[in-house]
Amino acid sequence: MNIVTPELGLIFWQVVIFGIVLLLLRSFAWKPILSSLKERESSIEGALRMADQAKLEMQELKAGNEKLLAEARLERDRIMKEATAMSSQLIEQAKDKANEEGTRLITQAREAIQNEKNAALAEVKNTAAQLSIDIAERILRRELTDQSAQQQLVDSYLKEVKLN
Amino acid sequence: MKRLLLALFCFLSFSTFANEPTATTAEATDTEEFNPGEMILHHIGDSHEWHWFSLGNDHYTTYLPVIAFRPGHGLSTFSSHQLAEGKVYDGLKLEHEHLVSEDGSKVYDFSITKNVMSLMLSAALLLLVFTAVARGYAKRGTGAPRGIQSFFEPIIIFVRDEVAKKSIGPKYERYMPYLLTVFFFIWFNNLMGLMPGGANLTGNIAVTLTLALITLLITLFSSNKNYWHHIFATPGVPKALLPIMIPVELIGIVVKPFSLMVRLFANITAGHIVTLSFISLIFIFRNIGVAPVSLAFGLFINVLELLVAILQAYIFTLLTAMYIGGAVEEHHDADYQMGGGDGAEPAHAH
Repeated sequence: MNIVTPELGLIFWQVVIFGIVLLLLRSFAWKPILSSLKERESSIEGALRMADQAKLEMQELKAGNEKLLAEARLERDRIMKEATAMSSQLIEQAKDKANEEGTRLITQAREAIQNEKNAALAEVKNTAAQLSIDIAERILRRELTDQSAQQQLVDSYLKEVKLN
Repeated sequence: MKRLLLALFCFLSFSTFANEPTATTAEATDTEEFNPGEMILHHIGDSHEWHWFSLGNDHYTTYLPVIAFRPGHGLSTFSSHQLAEGKVYDGLKLEHEHLVSEDGSKVYDFSITKNVMSLMLSAALLLLVFTAVARGYAKRGTGAPRGIQSFFEPIIIFVRDEVAKKSIGPKYERYMPYLLTVFFFIWFNNLMGLMPGGANLTGNIAVTLTLALITLLITLFSSNKNYWHHIFATPGVPKALLPIMIPVELIGIVVKPFSLMVRLFANITAGHIVTLSFISLIFIFRNIGVAPVSLAFGLFINVLELLVAILQAYIFTLLTAMYIGGAVEEHHDADYQMGGGDGAEPAHAH
């Protein structure tokens, strides 16, 4: 039957025209279309991946922040404790030092007082000795002249001398 | 096929219109008898002029150029108007739409026939549509598609993801231009063939033969070692059976494109024949009462053909991709075996 017999002319034109269409569409349609589709798909994929990554990073950041915060809190506590310990220690030290200094000063003062006292007593003793010697000397000088006068003189001397 | 059609007519007339008296046959003889078989074959066949319609005795026809080559005589080109109504021109005449020379010598007919004209129109349409789509991508870059671009994008992606990637595998990109072109070529021409006055291009065996041959050539040229190993030393087959298996496999190479050719041709031609048959019923019965019924059936078939148009384009593309996939496959892993099935694929036959 006619319809199942292929015609040479139509085969020829089909080869020519289909070939031209194929070549033209390949370079002017399919290549740009397919590359654009690929580009779009990869850009969407990239955007999705980036969003995922950003989410992950955010989570990491949040976790890091929390960790940092916790660490900071711990550090603060530690520093506070240390500072308290140090301050109490300092106070203790200061107290000790003050006490020590106080005792030292008191002993020093006591020593000084003792020294002064000793010196003063020594001076008093000396003065007393001197006076006694002086008086004795004057008495000895007056003895030569008059008895009453001697008595009188001793009295006046005694009057003169005022024992502190 | 004529006999089949007659049987179909008989069946239809006896079952559906059995109560209708067939008194019209007596009147039919006095006018020019309507021959549905001839009319249908004329409509689905090729011709040297494009006959649009007739009003009474006025025929509205576009005469197309005739290009004939005769060895010894050379090339002759003229309008097919010169050959209308059996006229002879330059020693050439038309016999049943077939260009022959008067003296019986060989004629190579390269005329721009109705089908060639339709082929050119569809080529122009394809170029127009898809350069417009490509312009959309050039303009919008990676932005969302719009207009004609958004209509064709899902189809292109479907062909790429569901047909090419799944059937061919990682090397699919090389074959995308052919697969897309063949898909849209068949689809567009199927639809153009369904339009009133359209030519039956994809229902022409020369066209489907050419497409199937291109598929065969692409398959053969991209075939690798595994493909030929599979043919000449089919894995899992005892050596004693190879003398039988090798010819079977070799026949398979040819049968695959042959099935492509016949499937598309038969599906589209059958659709046209059935639609025209329903229309012919009106003229066979010469009764206006038949018209609503036959139009309803014709419309139903036509709508069905719209589905068949894209379905056949899809099947042709899918099988082409499978055959290519079978030829470029690297490992004959049973799980990956997509293409390379038998050529008949009865599940897809329409």
